[in-house]
Amino acid sequence: MHTAHVFKEGVLDIFFSGTPAGWQSLLSFTILFLAWLAGFSSRLFAVIRFESIIHEFDPWFNYRSTHHLSTNGFYEFLNWFDERAWYPLGRIVGGTVYPGLMVTAGLIHYLLNLLNVTVHIRDVCVFLAPIFSGLTAISTFLLTRELWNQGAGLLAACFIAIVPGYISRSVAGSFDNEGIAIFALQFTYYLWVKSVKTGSVFWTIGCCLSYFYMVSAWGGYVFIINLIPLHVFVLLLMQRYSRRLYIAYSTFYIVGLVLSMQIPFVGFQPIRTSEHMAAAGVFALLQAYAFLQYLKDRLTKQEFQTLFFLGVSLAAGVVFLTVIYLTYTGETPNLPDSVCFRYAKIHIPIIASVSEHQPTTWVSFFFDLHILVCTFPAGLWFCIKNINDERVFVALYAISAVYFAGVMVRLMLTLTPVVCMLSAIAFSSVFEHYLGDDMKRENPPAEDSKEGLGPNIKSIVTMLMLMLLMMFAVHCTWVTSNAYSSPSVVLASYNHDGSRNILDDFREAYYWLRQNTDEHARVMSWWDYGYQIAGMANRTTLVDNNTWNNSHIALVGKAMSSNESAAYEIMKSLDVDYVLIIFGGVIGYSGDDINKFLWMVRIAEGEHPKDIRESDYFTPQGEFRVDKAGSPTLLNCLMYKMSYYRFGEMQVTLDFRTPPGFDRTRNAEIGNKDIRLKHLEEAFTSEHWLVRIYRVKKQENRQALDHKLRNVAAKQKYTSKKVCIA
Amino acid sequence: MSLSVIAVISRFLEEYRSSTSNKLKVIDAYLLYILLTGAFQFLYCLLVGTFPFNSFLSGFISSVGSFILAVCLRIQINPQNKGDFLSVSPERAFADFLFAHTVLHLVVVNFIG
Repeated sequence: MHTAHVFKEGVLDIFFSGTPAGWQSLLSFTILFLAWLAGFSSRLFAVIRFESIIHEFDPWFNYRSTHHLSTNGFYEFLNWFDERAWYPLGRIVGGTVYPGLMVTAGLIHYLLNLLNVTVHIRDVCVFLAPIFSGLTAISTFLLTRELWNQGAGLLAACFIAIVPGYISRSVAGSFDNEGIAIFALQFTYYLWVKSVKTGSVFWTIGCCLSYFYMVSAWGGYVFIINLIPLHVFVLLLMQRYSRRLYIAYSTFYIVGLVLSMQIPFVGFQPIRTSEHMAAAGVFALLQAYAFLQYLKDRLTKQEFQTLFFLGVSLAAGVVFLTVIYLTYTGETPNLPDSVCFRYAKIHIPIIASVSEHQPTTWVSFFFDLHILVCTFPAGLWFCIKNINDERVFVALYAISAVYFAGVMVRLMLTLTPVVCMLSAIAFSSVFEHYLGDDMKRENPPAEDSKEGLGPNIKSIVTMLMLMLLMMFAVHCTWVTSNAYSSPSVVLASYNHDGSRNILDDFREAYYWLRQNTDEHARVMSWWDYGYQIAGMANRTTLVDNNTWNNSHIALVGKAMSSNESAAYEIMKSLDVDYVLIIFGGVIGYSGDDINKFLWMVRIAEGEHPKDIRESDYFTPQGEFRVDKAGSPTLLNCLMYKMSYYRFGEMQVTLDFRTPPGFDRTRNAEIGNKDIRLKHLEEAFTSEHWLVRIYRVKKQENRQALDHKLRNVAAKQKYTSKKVCIA
Repeated sequence: MSLSVIAVISRFLEEYRSSTSNKLKVIDAYLLYILLTGAFQFLYCLLVGTFPFNSFLSGFISSVGSFILAVCLRIQINPQNKGDFLSVSPERAFADFLFAHTVLHLVVVNFIG
């Protein structure tokens, strides 16, 4: 028995002969790999339930551009002028898009095909975001490890892999900028923190290159170029200036500036617009501060004061002259612009109508972040209590992110990474305090002192924390499965017996368009569907989700809101061949065009206030009704006619007590059942009447007049001039 | 204010001449040269106009960038600052300087148009 015991110990010794550091790195690697796997798998619900398809609206444009890039090459993509969008204006795609996403997907596709792994570009696009979520987890781990320690880093990586706030914009199929931008953001911040800590130019250039990737990927790069100067400024105020800070920021600003101007969409904005002025101001301030520090080290106090006075007066003179010159040439950067954005948000209908731009509610904070939103202030407090240069950065990041997340729902995404990091710090500190063995610490408490914690308290607290984390994981998976995994292109409903009923109307209609219309046909629809029509039906559209031209959208809105003859004039002037609308009355779909109709009216009224008045579409009592009591303008407008054409004869529900023509979305029987269209004819209606396509009839060769108006020449009496020879 | 500005500056120059090492003086001469090239480019832009703007920007940023990188190099190889840069030896500082210049000039050449 003694030999067996020794033998077993020997085997165990061989097995565990690695160093503690070796075991630590193996454990970290395994945990990060599992986090990547968890993040990847939890984003696959939509692909498993439906199929590998691009979701929503914006990703269809990104997919179409990537397809163009992969078939035609990089320079064709960069110089692409798209004449099949915004007819007749066209769109300069190369100059109005952030190319990072398309180039990343195109590059991966190219490399895989080079290795003879023939993957279709659509599959690369669909699965890009889940793969990058794993990379985000790794960069968050690196960043948190720089801020606190390795344990906190691993917790942060696991949190951000499954947190719903990030998953909402990066499910498989959501091929959008945020999928790669959050990875670029975290990686840039990690490299910035590293360069401030070491003061090495190598890390700073790495940070600049990562910043360049971020500028190419997302418009949110403005957040980086304002947060980093703010960090430097606060450090200067806190008397924490150091030479490492000077090296890091000066190099970052200059090389980052010239790199960011390489993207055509950004152009010269970094030296012209107000959002970038803070960075320039802090750069100038830092140069002055560093120079003064250098002089202060070498001169006595009185000499320094003399020079300081001279320097300040010179600087004031230069600033004064520059201000005079700029106002004279009229080139001042528009500082009140950012204030104007708040004004614009409320008063420009297009910006106000997007649901993602609404203020955030408390429910969304908890829904997207669960317990992390409760523990993240604790992490913030820990950081502030043990302050150093990097923790100032994360505190500023947290405060600014919380402010922005409160303004717009869409910006919850910028809050999520910092919440994960700070909660990880909080959890890590708690576990460190309650899990570790007291005797093994650096200064263990005495044998019978009251300082150490009893084992009961330690196990209770640890159990509670672990339960919280398990509930968090369950919540995240539930939210992902139920709320953020719908492709929006395919609708699904569940019957009483649990079987699934798929409504594939959108794709049915788009494919009808693709196969049954002329290749150069022009389709008019509301701007929501522009990208999908261009992507799936491959037809020219008039307006799409880019919404860069408000007047053009207002024209389409005016056509939809006017009566048929006025609308026909507009459609003739725009060369429209087909009109596409979404109608949800048969199945009770609430996102249809009649529900969006008031926004069309408002946008049209903004440009044509004399022709369209919003009040005309309401009843005298101020209600918006589609039944008999609705306003006559509404009952005769083009949108109403197109939505309810032939609907009056349709028995919508199986229950024969509801009359035919009962709109299930508005819960009303429609007012005008006998609709005749003069200038349009119905071309296609999908299976559940969700998508309706109408063809615009050409003008008749001869205008037929009513009989009463015809001008028939009176019969002339014919008198012969011949003489009668009798 | 009791001392005149000229006296301060002349004393500063004297102290500079005596206490800085030759290596740092070479870098300072290089800094002066870069400063002059940047100033000349800016003067040219003021006189002749900003077209083509991207070329002016790339040239000017190249001067400013070279200036900043040389200042960083000077800070990092100064033996008095050794306490700040424990992980960066002077050789590493010079290698970083070369790497940064490669990146900077690749971008500048792309931007010049």
